[in-house]
Amino acid sequence: MATIPATALAPKRATSADRPPKKRKGIKSPYSMWFYLIPAIIYVVLFIAPTFASFFYSLTRWNLFTAQFIGFGNFVEFFQEQNLTQGLINTGIYAVVTSGLKVVLGMLIGVVLTSQIIARGYLRSVVFFPVLVSTIGVGITFAVLMNPTSGLINKSLALVGIQGPAWLTDPAWALLSVAFVDVWKGVGLATVIYIAGIVSIPVEYFEAAKMDGAGPFKNFTQIILPLARPATVTVIILSLIGGLRSFDLIWAMTRGGPGFTSDVIASVIYKQYQAGFYGLSTAGNVILFLLVTVIVMPLSWFLNRKEVY
Amino acid sequence: MRTLKKSWVGIVAILVSIPVFLVPFAFIILTAMKGKLDAADLGFTWPKKIELWDNIVGVVQARDGQALVAFINSTVLTVASVTLLVILASMVAFVLQRRPSRWNGLINFLVLSGLIIPPAVVPTITVLQGLQLFGTLPGLILIEVAFGMSFCVLLFRAFLATIPREVDEAAIIDGAGTLRLFFQVIFPLLRSVVITVIVVQSVVIFNDFTNPLYFLPGDANATVQLTLFNFQSEFNTSWNLLFTDILLITIPPLVMFLFFNRQIVAGLASGSVKG
Repeated sequence: MATIPATALAPKRATSADRPPKKRKGIKSPYSMWFYLIPAIIYVVLFIAPTFASFFYSLTRWNLFTAQFIGFGNFVEFFQEQNLTQGLINTGIYAVVTSGLKVVLGMLIGVVLTSQIIARGYLRSVVFFPVLVSTIGVGITFAVLMNPTSGLINKSLALVGIQGPAWLTDPAWALLSVAFVDVWKGVGLATVIYIAGIVSIPVEYFEAAKMDGAGPFKNFTQIILPLARPATVTVIILSLIGGLRSFDLIWAMTRGGPGFTSDVIASVIYKQYQAGFYGLSTAGNVILFLLVTVIVMPLSWFLNRKEVY
Repeated sequence: MRTLKKSWVGIVAILVSIPVFLVPFAFIILTAMKGKLDAADLGFTWPKKIELWDNIVGVVQARDGQALVAFINSTVLTVASVTLLVILASMVAFVLQRRPSRWNGLINFLVLSGLIIPPAVVPTITVLQGLQLFGTLPGLILIEVAFGMSFCVLLFRAFLATIPREVDEAAIIDGAGTLRLFFQVIFPLLRSVVITVIVVQSVVIFNDFTNPLYFLPGDANATVQLTLFNFQSEFNTSWNLLFTDILLITIPPLVMFLFFNRQIVAGLASGSVKG
């Protein structure tokens, strides 16, 4: 599940509580700065400091006791060794495929689930529930269902005469198979965001459109699509961040295999860590950090820039 | 005619949802009820004999009761981390939202970067080792607090913005100090967002796999997700036990979902689209 509140990404609206307080001279502020103290210590020691340290250690050959400075050697290795480069490319493919599918399917399901249909409560629950289930459990279950010969998916496809691919054991399909499962598990979150977005569109727009003779298709392209744009922005950014950082589903389903065909940066980081190449592993962390920042920051600026109203 | 068309969409949606969303869960339950041989062919069939209880006992007894230890560990981890997160994040959000200062820009930046930056694994491990906390449950609890802080602060801050300052002013005029103002006046007003934070964060932390994998290695203090992952290689001949374990660790999120569906959905989607 993405651990990012959507509020973080939405433009803020000023409320009465936002206005600056009147200056009270000589009276101590009732909002004590020491409230920050304990959280700041935990946050700085366990998150900020290691992040800064990672920039240094990524330039070293490191065994936890001694760090030998080797310049950009680790990064060069990342871009030269085929299995590591593969991880970089796969990360991009995985993030784009998952976030693209989540936008399309999330919007589609969101539109269906905001219209007046039967069993809406059931459908909403059933689409959302996988978001809350253990990723490892989902990974193991689908690894079994995707078994090339005895798995339920290929057996069902065979019933209608389709020869299913070998999914996780086929190098061409392994990464995509995991991405599909990621979408299955995560589309509920995208749907919920779209539902909130569509519900917040004023009914008058639809009434006016109806007067002008717009059908469901016009409604979708002319009203829902542009006015649900903030929801689209949120879904794209959330799933890009999640997709770029994703590790546990891939690790549970393929461990990067077959070969290195479904390795992503996060799994490379873990493999190098396990192998004791701490400098190389940390360089992977820095690359992932740069990748996320370089993609997400400009994108969120670009997408939030345009006002719809 | 129109209602006919409407129900047609609904019926199609229901028909699609059955194989896509229900069958995988049905498969977990069916396999968890089967005996070892029955489960071996991975079929989507009704169990020949229902052995769910035997399987539960089997999972609990496997590896000298590791699953039970893991369940206790995960519970302690979740409860402790979420408690700390609620208290600390609401305090931060309170001061951050109420008190303008020249530090606010920096603090907001740090909070946002917590959402985006992937944690640097090995440097964090060295820090934990330096603090003698690596591989301990308290160490992992602090890690979860550090990594979950941003999300919680932002949720609390957004909610605090809707509580009028007049509440604070009245309490201050009545003589409330900092602690009283926050814990007796403001904190009770945060009830609904506190529930959201508790529910969302406990599901996230209970399901967390990556952080325990890095920061809490070793079988003795594994969490449920790690145990499940380890069972995957060990039980690959006993699918019934593996799926019983999956079924067991799906129960806590299911309970959360049944009781707090609304809060979870509201929390995850809150404010996302009100520009």
